[in-house]
Amino acid sequence: MDNNPARDPKASFQDMILALHDFWSAQGCLILQPYDMRMGAGTFHTATTLRALGPEPWNAAFVQPCRRPTDGRYGENPNRLQHYYQYQVILKPSPANIQDLYLESLRVIGIDPLKHDIRFVEDDWESPTLGAWGLGWEVWCDGMEVTQFTYFQQMGGFDCKPVAGELTYGLERLAMYIQGVDNVYDLDFNGRGVSYGEVFLENEKQMSKWNFEVAETDPLFDLFNKAEAECRNALDADVPIAAYEQAVEASHLFNLLQARGVISVQERASYMARVRDLARGSCEKYAEKMAPAWKEKYPEWSL
Amino acid sequence: MSDFLLELRSEEIPARMQAGARAELEKLFRREMEAAGVDFGDITIWSTPRRLALITRGLPDATQPVSSEEKGPPVGAPDQAVDGFCRKQGVSRDDLEVRDVKGRETYFAVKNIPGRATKDLLAEAIPAIIRDFSWPKSMRWGEASLSTESLRWVRPLSGIVALLGEELVECEVHGVTSGWVTLGHRFHHSGDITIGSADDYAEKLRACHVIVDHEERQDIVRSAAAKVAADAGLKLVEDEGLVIENAGLTEWPVPLLGRFDEDFLDVPPEVIQLTARVNQKYFVCEDSAGKLANAFVCTANIEAADGGAAIVDGNRKVLAARLSDARFFWELDQKTPLREHAKKLERITFHEKLGTVADKVDRVAKLAAWLTSDARAPNGDHNMARQAAELSKSDLVTEMVGEFPELQGLMGGYYAEKEGLPQEVADAIRDHYKPVGQDDEVPTAPLTVAVSLADKLDNLFSFFNIDILPTGSKDPFALRRAALGYLRLVQANGLELSLEQAAQAWGGLGQAKLGTRVAEFLSDRLAVQMREEGVRHDYIAASREWQGHTDARTDRIEARARALAEFLSTDNGTNLLAGYKRAANILKKEDWRGIEGEIARTGEEDPLALVDDPDMKAVIDAKMSERHARELSYTPEPAEKALIEALDAAEPRASQAIEKEDFATAMSALASLRAPIDAFFEEVTVNDPDEDKRASRLDLLARFRAAVHNVADFSKIEG
Repeated sequence: MDNNPARDPKASFQDMILALHDFWSAQGCLILQPYDMRMGAGTFHTATTLRALGPEPWNAAFVQPCRRPTDGRYGENPNRLQHYYQYQVILKPSPANIQDLYLESLRVIGIDPLKHDIRFVEDDWESPTLGAWGLGWEVWCDGMEVTQFTYFQQMGGFDCKPVAGELTYGLERLAMYIQGVDNVYDLDFNGRGVSYGEVFLENEKQMSKWNFEVAETDPLFDLFNKAEAECRNALDADVPIAAYEQAVEASHLFNLLQARGVISVQERASYMARVRDLARGSCEKYAEKMAPAWKEKYPEWSL
Repeated sequence: MSDFLLELRSEEIPARMQAGARAELEKLFRREMEAAGVDFGDITIWSTPRRLALITRGLPDATQPVSSEEKGPPVGAPDQAVDGFCRKQGVSRDDLEVRDVKGRETYFAVKNIPGRATKDLLAEAIPAIIRDFSWPKSMRWGEASLSTESLRWVRPLSGIVALLGEELVECEVHGVTSGWVTLGHRFHHSGDITIGSADDYAEKLRACHVIVDHEERQDIVRSAAAKVAADAGLKLVEDEGLVIENAGLTEWPVPLLGRFDEDFLDVPPEVIQLTARVNQKYFVCEDSAGKLANAFVCTANIEAADGGAAIVDGNRKVLAARLSDARFFWELDQKTPLREHAKKLERITFHEKLGTVADKVDRVAKLAAWLTSDARAPNGDHNMARQAAELSKSDLVTEMVGEFPELQGLMGGYYAEKEGLPQEVADAIRDHYKPVGQDDEVPTAPLTVAVSLADKLDNLFSFFNIDILPTGSKDPFALRRAALGYLRLVQANGLELSLEQAAQAWGGLGQAKLGTRVAEFLSDRLAVQMREEGVRHDYIAASREWQGHTDARTDRIEARARALAEFLSTDNGTNLLAGYKRAANILKKEDWRGIEGEIARTGEEDPLALVDDPDMKAVIDAKMSERHARELSYTPEPAEKALIEALDAAEPRASQAIEKEDFATAMSALASLRAPIDAFFEEVTVNDPDEDKRASRLDLLARFRAAVHNVADFSKIEG
């Protein structure tokens, strides 16, 4: 960024992240840290799901490490990882110039829209697990999806009032693009010669093996059941944030079981329904618990 | 007279929705103008990803004043009537004028509606159009979305330009106000563009890198994509869907050709094309021999400073990543033979009550072997049919199909070829899902037909057996599609297949009833299918019984319905139908049980229950022939005699033809009854005072009805 010549987002993965932090911080976003749990997408961060509920303005940006066990390729595929980073921005209510802000953020990390073809291609987002959906686009840069751009319409089964705009940048993809490398492990992590592979390749190899071959499945099933039970326990005790964490946990355990290939197509639907019930139940409880306070501040608002 | 321009700007409208949006805008504009009484000329509608535009020429500056007068009740009519008239006309009683009508004083409502400025009417129409606009999916946004009452649009609505002549049509919709100002290309132009009128709109935008006419953009994509391919010595594989989609994704389309690594051509061309088209919206190209070339055409939305080199390079990388995924799957999948893949199907539940996919495959294989060997529908090598069926679902667990589910079947076919399995087996694996859509080709190769039929029949039998049937709009297991596939396979291959026997082969001898239920369902679907061709559904209804039971062969139902349609389109047919109805009505009115009445004395609740009982058959036949043979106690009238003789001749002819399933001959046998039955009704009194004559004549009518019934159930025919 101009006001910080020390940043070199075109040659450093971490500088790209820091440039995004600088930019969104300057736009008034809270810069948060990752949620300290294993999850499949930044959308699971409470700063996105739970904060999308209710009438209060909320602007935040953060990096979220994401785990998708079935995407592991033992470090052999140049594009696929079972662990990678998403950059999430949530702006509530969605500002009128949100597209311009987003495009400006791309310029900040070194993408020239007169040299590269930026496109907003229809891609609606739906998460039955979270009882959530929204309309928006996947943003293409020269044919590559670099960002998911969504106007949340519902979360936890409730209408979003007001609507939040959510931006999810795929950081590794963007960096590969900006740095001009064909293999994710060749990314320059710090601009001083440490590669992404030095940081994560061994991790990908071991974790792919564990996800696909090693993880004992009986304990995983057991943990799933325990998370489910604990979620209900927390709901009964009226602590929906704690319940939500257990839903996130159950969701990840389900993903691990999927990677181990021990859940049949038929069972799959029923496990997904169980996770959905937990997540939606938590969101609902959270919204109901918060509603009186929200109503007090926004008398014209209703759940 | 002035021209009118309306531009509704929004964030990127999905390409697939733009054609519908143009039609919707035109419809709503017409509705509003017609309601306001504004004449308008031709309407032009354009769309880009970021705007919908409407131009219409020659609008009047104001509407004409309209006067109307309505005659009401006479003076002195009850108050209720006068008040009602006032309410209807929207006037007060004091406004009524009294005029003389043929010497009678009568109230009149006289209304003078002044003309209104078109500009004002448009200012009211635009918000109504926006509010009423229907999108396939719409959304709320921004601060106003604190309430769910806020405006909905496909994506946030960001601006309105509304100009009548050179004047602004002032209006406001949920905080968006109209103006002269629009925006140009997202990247090629910054700042506002002020539009003067409808006349300079398109050109001003063009100067700012926006081609607002979607058809012009489509032409550019079509011709420029073909040109970049030709320049590279290749031929573009035309794809009109991609033309429209790319024109809907760009305001300044620039097709660019790129190359991918030739090594990827080892991957099946369908995979490459699918990857390029579905995931990336690229065209593909062929070389002069018609083989897929290692080239793609992407459509950029900018004219890049470097001529597009960076864009092509970026797109090439994306495609390469996707193709390397595809090649990885292609190679990995081949390391395992299909028979090994098939074992993994044991781990996949087909349906909780129906076991695994492996169980399903076993059933399909058994049925495919039975179809080719026992049923000879189709004729084929039953060992190969079994083999093909056993491998038909193996590709479901391959990586490639996991990634591209639409390649199911096709990949199995490729992998079978690579393994060196017989070509017919590979073909059957590849094509056994066919026919899928309405226009999909119907397999005719015997092995393919056998596996395809067996697959569809297994779905039908399995779900019917656990009472999961399609209801209303819900058909989660696509049984209607399976049924249509079955019918088309039977039709295209001229198969004669009994569903009762098929059900027994599928699930054991006790399953004949299941076959009947499925046959009933298939007959319903047959009726739907044939209605589309113009064959009336009641002709199917009249053809659904065979020897007193649901016909288990859809081919026979169809043949009979077609013969019936043919017959009833002739004079003989319609007249015979009229005669049949008349006979049936008389019998019904007289509550004449006749022969059937006697059968009823067997004590069964259903008088026909024993008709087909083998033990009873002889008794009943004897009784019937005795009745038929019984001498009349009187001398029949000539028309009566003629009908008896005609029936004596026609009955065996029709029966024999039916036996041979020769429905056309059976119908023509019936045709010989037409003149005699007409004459009978003309000349013979059925309800003769002589009880004997009456009974004989009613019996004769019953016999006539039965003869017709034997050919088809005419009682089901409407009208």
